[in-house]
Amino acid sequence: MSKFPKTADLVIIGGGVIGTSIAYELAKRGMKNIVLVEADTISSGSTGRCGGGIRAQWSTPENVRLAMASVERFKSLESELETDLEFEQGGYLILAHSNQELKQFENNVKMQRSLNLDVELIDSQQAKEIVPSLNIEKITGATWCSSDGSINPFLLNFAYAQAARQKGVKIFQQTRVIGIEHKSNKITGILTDKGKISTNQMVNAAGGYAGFIGEMAGLELPVVPHRHEILATEQINRFFKNMIMSFEYNLYFRQVVDGGIVGGQTNPGELPGTDLKSGLTFLKEMSVKLTHFIPKLRGVKVIRQWAGLYCTSPDAQPILGKIDNLAGYYQAIGFSGHGLMLAPRTAVLMANCITDPDFQDEDLSRLNLNRFKHGVISGERSVV
Amino acid sequence: MKDDIIICRCQDVTEQEIVDAIKKYDLSTVDEVKRVTRAGMGHCQGKTCRKLVEQILSRELGKTVAVDQRTTLRPPTRAVPLDLLAKAEQSFDKVVSRGRGGHNE
Repeated sequence: MSKFPKTADLVIIGGGVIGTSIAYELAKRGMKNIVLVEADTISSGSTGRCGGGIRAQWSTPENVRLAMASVERFKSLESELETDLEFEQGGYLILAHSNQELKQFENNVKMQRSLNLDVELIDSQQAKEIVPSLNIEKITGATWCSSDGSINPFLLNFAYAQAARQKGVKIFQQTRVIGIEHKSNKITGILTDKGKISTNQMVNAAGGYAGFIGEMAGLELPVVPHRHEILATEQINRFFKNMIMSFEYNLYFRQVVDGGIVGGQTNPGELPGTDLKSGLTFLKEMSVKLTHFIPKLRGVKVIRQWAGLYCTSPDAQPILGKIDNLAGYYQAIGFSGHGLMLAPRTAVLMANCITDPDFQDEDLSRLNLNRFKHGVISGERSVV
Repeated sequence: MKDDIIICRCQDVTEQEIVDAIKKYDLSTVDEVKRVTRAGMGHCQGKTCRKLVEQILSRELGKTVAVDQRTTLRPPTRAVPLDLLAKAEQSFDKVVSRGRGGHNE
């Protein structure tokens, strides 16, 4: 471990997949003296607690484009980062349970196809052909995108961190940010429990804690943390490779490479907060739903449950780039539970925006904090 | 010989794999070893291998792995079948009637 630095050209706050991927992309572009600080350890936050899914089936064009570009990046990341990341394109099956929901899906598919995503609306029988064990009793149809998939979140996060280190990024774990100094609308330093780092640039990539980091810089960011719960079962022979989702019945689940089923939901009535406790209510509700959709899971045992934070934004889309009135402050926050799958493209956009003052990108400007200035905007609807 | 020694029996992780992961990713806590290698993520949830991983980590780092860095123990304490949990909750319709819980809609 190198000595704690007194100065840096840029400090990234957060050692999740967003922070480490931005660190890597910046270092790859030749930026020097980058320091990344993480309050706990790599992957201890939302990245290491997520379901590992990757999908481009969204209801807003920004999310579809970010996700499609990320999928393209995922394809080459294993060789670029020289690590097996368990990246698989097993597809996402998103279930509809009413004609009204099907109608919404039809609109989504139309928009997604206009952006060249290979996605289709299918009936319940076709869904059963994709997952023969699926109980289609309450299913009126589904959407299917075979290029969607999954990745091992830990391996992706650690691989980005290590590749960043190899390119000179200094990563300090168990280093908590306790204050942010700014003067005349410019970032001047990051205070941590290990000492102060003088710097004129910072990236807020603090996931569930992004709002608190914003507060330290005197900003009121429109993001709130929400606890989400998830469980894993014992390993069984692998019988499906795709993610199955239902917005109406509020769940997503997949069978990971080692055979365990991993599935989560949004708890009804969950209040904002950083609580990470696991509950029996979730365990029972998920068990009811999992055994309903895949009856043959009945005897399968739950071995582990945990919780993680969504950093929820008002429109369930990320908030990216710089902000007005605070020079040197950048952020990649508010992913609303989808940071992992959007990380590769986000990192490229963020790195371009930080290293090149003239860089322009349609999605980057649309996803800027500025969008909330003009009142309500239509949000992402395809969210569990 | 380290590639002959199984440390995590549930996930089939060898001592060599753990040593390699510690070196490759500069790991310093049991939690990180768990995330990268899956040692401790299997059926017994690390009841068998956690102490061994601590020992390996301490040996590789040349210092005792701090007690406060021990890996988090996740519930449930014992593996429980899904249908047993499902029966305790009654019906599917009752569960889904509680709503989507989405704070975005």
